Amino acid sequence: MALFSSAATVLPRNLAFTKLSLSHSHTLLPRFLSFPTPKSSNPRNRVAVSLQTPRAQSAASASPSASFHGLCYVVGDNIDTDQIIPAEYLTLVPSKPDEYEKLGSYALIGLPATYATRFIEPGEIKTKYAIVIGGANFGCGSSREHAPVALGASGAAAVVAESYARIFFRNSVATGEVYPLESEGRLCEECTTGDVVTIELGESRLINHTTGKEYRLKPIGDAGPVIEAGGIFAYARKTGMIPSR
Amino acid sequence: MASSLLSPSFTSFLRTKDLSLSAFTSQRCFKAVPRKIIRCAIAAPQRQPSTTGSVRTAMTMTEKILARASEKAQLTPGDNVWVNVDILMTHDVCGPGSIGIFKREFGEDAKVWDREKLVIIPDHYIFTSDERANRNVDILRDFCHEQNIKYFYDIKDLSNFKVNPDYKGVCHVALAQEGHCRPGEVLLGTDSHTCTAGAFGQFATGIGNTDAGFVLGTGKLLLKVPPTLRFVMDGEMPDYLLSKDLILQIIGEITVAGATYKSMEFVGTTVESLTMEERMTLCNMVVEAGGKNGVVPADSTTFKYLEGKTSLPYEPVYSDDQARFLAEYRFDVSKLEPVVAKPHSPDNRALARECKDVKIDRVYIGSCTGGKTEDFMAAAKVFLASGKQVKVPTFLVPATQKVWMDLYSLPVPGSGGKTCSQIFEEVGCDTPASPSCGACLGGPKDTYARMNEPKVCVSTTNRNFPGRMGHKEGQIYLASPYTAAASALTGYVTDPREFL
Repeated sequence: MALFSSAATVLPRNLAFTKLSLSHSHTLLPRFLSFPTPKSSNPRNRVAVSLQTPRAQSAASASPSASFHGLCYVVGDNIDTDQIIPAEYLTLVPSKPDEYEKLGSYALIGLPATYATRFIEPGEIKTKYAIVIGGANFGCGSSREHAPVALGASGAAAVVAESYARIFFRNSVATGEVYPLESEGRLCEECTTGDVVTIELGESRLINHTTGKEYRLKPIGDAGPVIEAGGIFAYARKTGMIPSR
Repeated sequence: MASSLLSPSFTSFLRTKDLSLSAFTSQRCFKAVPRKIIRCAIAAPQRQPSTTGSVRTAMTMTEKILARASEKAQLTPGDNVWVNVDILMTHDVCGPGSIGIFKREFGEDAKVWDREKLVIIPDHYIFTSDERANRNVDILRDFCHEQNIKYFYDIKDLSNFKVNPDYKGVCHVALAQEGHCRPGEVLLGTDSHTCTAGAFGQFATGIGNTDAGFVLGTGKLLLKVPPTLRFVMDGEMPDYLLSKDLILQIIGEITVAGATYKSMEFVGTTVESLTMEERMTLCNMVVEAGGKNGVVPADSTTFKYLEGKTSLPYEPVYSDDQARFLAEYRFDVSKLEPVVAKPHSPDNRALARECKDVKIDRVYIGSCTGGKTEDFMAAAKVFLASGKQVKVPTFLVPATQKVWMDLYSLPVPGSGGKTCSQIFEEVGCDTPASPSCGACLGGPKDTYARMNEPKVCVSTTNRNFPGRMGHKEGQIYLASPYTAAASALTGYVTDPREFL
């Protein structure tokens, strides 16, 4: 349901983190998606993530010079947490490795049937889409962290939305599961599911290789230092709030 | 929104997508609308001229609570501060994950920051045979024993909730019932409807597992101070309206993202007349407008409710007269009508009477939003007035054990001594079910009253996005208990004025 016109006012990002200059303490190889070959499904090239290691050390700790590349999956406005991860799957505990993976296999399974192309194809447990492109108020609804965790566990690296619900954005930053970016315009009306896109963090830019167009993204703002650090725990350690492990 | 929804004297606003977001501007904060609608929005006052640093700027109550909790004399919207947490609440859906993160980050043998400030309330997936759901309650129990947590409202015997002396039911109602809500405090919970506790004049908001894991180890959290939207509700509450109608009215105005990263403060003569349970319903759904928190100033109603519930001292705070609000909305409540939120969004507001042709399959009365004692009393009042039988299955899920007890013991006014349960039985409702969140969000497939088929339901719950209550194609009309009961009696969405 499109609740907003194309001219809807974009609310500024609000997130509870102190503004600090970004550091370059992390480097990360660009993430590239290999297209499926006939003999195997989702032969993705991406940084391996140990099941015992918080994802914060992969997606969200990307340095400003990093980029994300792959197929995009496009959704509309007000994609709520029940659509991202339906309540019947909330018995899965994200901090348990096997359940983390299972949670990922259900990402965006709650989308209505009008989304004929599914985010995770039947029979698969990982998505072939590295980037989710949404409209306004992405992640509205619950404070359940299961929503960004499901997206991250499914293999999505970043979400680009016109705007976010406060708690989904915060949970994405706190966990480091997916890198949440805000677009300057409504990219959900500019891109189509299956388009090949690149996000260049340093340039705050999204390039749609399928259409040949480029779009500006908003700088990360308040949340930058926490994202740079790799999540709320890493940030707290970095700033001396809690002792290092 | 159809313009016919608004009468010429309606003192409210169409959705204000272009709402000014600066608290320091006198810019108009709503779009001009060429209709005879009384516009009473008042832009935030121009910033006071600055003087010497010793002069304290006026603050809203949310700003004051966070200033005290972060040990600062002064703060302003947009500030990021580490606050001391008074209460952290978690439950069976998010507790195990939060505990997992706490142990991973602080060590397997780490202790929580304060065993009396953590409140653990199993409530979501309780009455189910789902093994994982049951295991999650076991995880909570093991942790509470290990950490010697003072407040753990456990349930072991699922076959009969009454034989579990500690079990309460829905966390947001149990928090209030058990005296964990105190004016002026900071309460965080791993549930978006934690904002319910703002009814007590405290700061209360939902957080995720990772943030909760952080609080478990430190008792602190980094929070950004939200600007405040003020909602002034004046006038006598008509006898066919409940606070669910008020909050649906507001969400319909400002939309599901209208309060994103903002506080919503409720004042006015109508608000002052509301009971604590009604204030809880009002604050409960601020998250449906994207709100960070909602607050009602504490008053004699608050203090009276808390008598005998908590022995801890508390100190209420109030917005200063010169506090700055992002926007102010005014409502003459006496002119409002019963409303519903149509599928598939809480802001898809419509007058109940304009949905009279919508045939329904069932009615659900329950949840933290609409399953409190007074919610059931309201439904019973409609049933009593009608003297008829319900036409569709009508499911009743009390929020807590105490609410369940009230249904079987408290007389319904004007009924000659009958209890809610007697009235419900007479009109053909299902027997009140075991207290829990129930089918509000769906849950395991064997959850009582879960919508396992694409049906149409009028519900007193809080969300109607696709898949809420179970089936992706289910259609949920959010409504007050009055409207839900009236609809049960006719089999269509019904304005309760037809019976009251």
